[in-house]
Amino acid sequence: MNWTAITVFVLLFGLITVMGFVAAHWRRGDLTELHEWGLAGRRLGTVITWFLLGGDVYTAYTFIAVPALMFGAGAIGFFALPYTIIVYPLVFLILPRMWAVAHKHNYITAADFVRGRYGNRWLALAVAVTGIVATMPYIALQLLGLQVVIGAMGVGTGGGLAGDLPLIIAFVILAAFTYTSGLRAPAMIAVVKDTLIYITVLALVIVVPYQLGGYGNLFAAIPPEKLLLPTPGPGTLGQYSAYATLALGSAFALFLYPHTMTAVLSSTSAQVIRRNAAYLPAYSFLLGLLALSGFMALAVGVASMPEFAPQFELYKSNFAVPALILHSFPDWFAGVAFAAIGIGGLVPAAIMSIAASNLFTRNIYVPFINPSCAPAQETQNAKVVSLVVKVGALAFILFLPLQYAIQLQLLGGIWISQTIPAVIFGLYTRWFNPWALLIGWAAGLVIGTWMAGTTGFQSAVFPLAIDGLTIPGYAALYALAANIVLCILLSPIFNTARTTQGADETVASDYRFGLRSRQ
Amino acid sequence: MSTTPPPSTPTSAHSSWWLLLLLIPFVALLWVPFYNRLEPAIFGIPFFYWYQFAWVILTSLIIVLVDSRTRDADSSDRGGQP
Repeated sequence: MNWTAITVFVLLFGLITVMGFVAAHWRRGDLTELHEWGLAGRRLGTVITWFLLGGDVYTAYTFIAVPALMFGAGAIGFFALPYTIIVYPLVFLILPRMWAVAHKHNYITAADFVRGRYGNRWLALAVAVTGIVATMPYIALQLLGLQVVIGAMGVGTGGGLAGDLPLIIAFVILAAFTYTSGLRAPAMIAVVKDTLIYITVLALVIVVPYQLGGYGNLFAAIPPEKLLLPTPGPGTLGQYSAYATLALGSAFALFLYPHTMTAVLSSTSAQVIRRNAAYLPAYSFLLGLLALSGFMALAVGVASMPEFAPQFELYKSNFAVPALILHSFPDWFAGVAFAAIGIGGLVPAAIMSIAASNLFTRNIYVPFINPSCAPAQETQNAKVVSLVVKVGALAFILFLPLQYAIQLQLLGGIWISQTIPAVIFGLYTRWFNPWALLIGWAAGLVIGTWMAGTTGFQSAVFPLAIDGLTIPGYAALYALAANIVLCILLSPIFNTARTTQGADETVASDYRFGLRSRQ
Repeated sequence: MSTTPPPSTPTSAHSSWWLLLLLIPFVALLWVPFYNRLEPAIFGIPFFYWYQFAWVILTSLIIVLVDSRTRDADSSDRGGQP
């Protein structure tokens, strides 16, 4: 047990717990309304939106898994950097339109928009269910991040219920402040979380290369096969196409995750989103540095140090960064770093559970189960569902093998991408027929799942063979291509029957965003 | 804003050319063979790594530029309204 680190960790956790409850009083609103509880009243400005979106994209799982991939597999893991770069031109172009139409019609979820745009509650249901299913394993993996850092302090490695206790306590705290404060809690805590993470990463990229004698020595210590992508052999595009399609496909998928939508819709204007697209790459820089910490762990050689053997046994390469932190820093600073990662798991888990409960309430409960639901009742329902979602995620991580959560998260990325035609194309055109979109979505799910299945659900990269050339690529993109082709082929056929088209409650001017003012 | 019909925007077609700049990061980062190399290294950091880091900053600058250009166009639209 590392008591110094534990003390610092617990103190910082106490601080954010207090903040989480105080947040209910911040920019006070009527928390019995869903857009107040679930979107913080749509009043978040540039700075808080920056922290909130940052908290969404750069999660505890990212902080553990990206360096772990660099540590284990090498350069291919660096695709996280181009992914988090090219996502921002897309954010800049697409999401202000989503904000404008959502603000006009009080949409809280992407499925709300789909229902309004296409007048088809089944298509909206498909979008909502996909969002919830893709989010659940993501929340579970935030817990994995928390579990690894708790284990790094020598707690809970013995297994059993006592070993899981710290994780359960952390989650009870999370559930309680999300319930009372809604989105205001993670918005406020995100500021502390990111400050701690910036401090940790800056310390890592300064201290470790200094100990190693410079960046030249760091890269020189990396085996050549991990330093670059291997040059593809004849008849295949090898890791080149895998790298590019993983970056592009992940960038598209990011938009569709319900928690991204929640953070975007909670901002106060379309211009806040455009400005954030320019400033958020600061996080990408951080993420790139963090990815390199996987190489630092390799260069330092933490895997062969006997004191870390039991945890590597338990957490595999996910322990690379915690081991590096323990090896390179004094205990008190390890406490700060672990708190950064742990809180970095709670913030996105809170946003995700709010987003999932918004989806359930707005797009499943009210339209299909209780149509006469009053607004206050709607909010109460969402608060309860956010608890259920979190308990589900906790049960997931405690009782099922970790591998399931990782595989489901991988599938979730493939599934969520299949809602792109309905949601993103819908922002620009009403040409597509809702039933064609529904069939395309279903076909995309089946094809993407089958592709991942051919790898035994171990990898999202599918070796597509065309005319003797093998193009390994992200299955989400291949499935999306099939999905889009079906939507294009079937839409004109369905559109000949006017009754299938559905009513559109939006008009072209709803998508325009005044950039000067909106008073 | 909801009651007035959208005004015709003669300058928007002109300003939308700026949006094409946003394609540059895609080309630069998705054509992997171009940057999957060690040299030229800077301070011992292989090209593969510093090149992609450089695009974080370049992309940010491109977005700032496009934002300022397309925003000006929008406000001049509004100035032209009766």
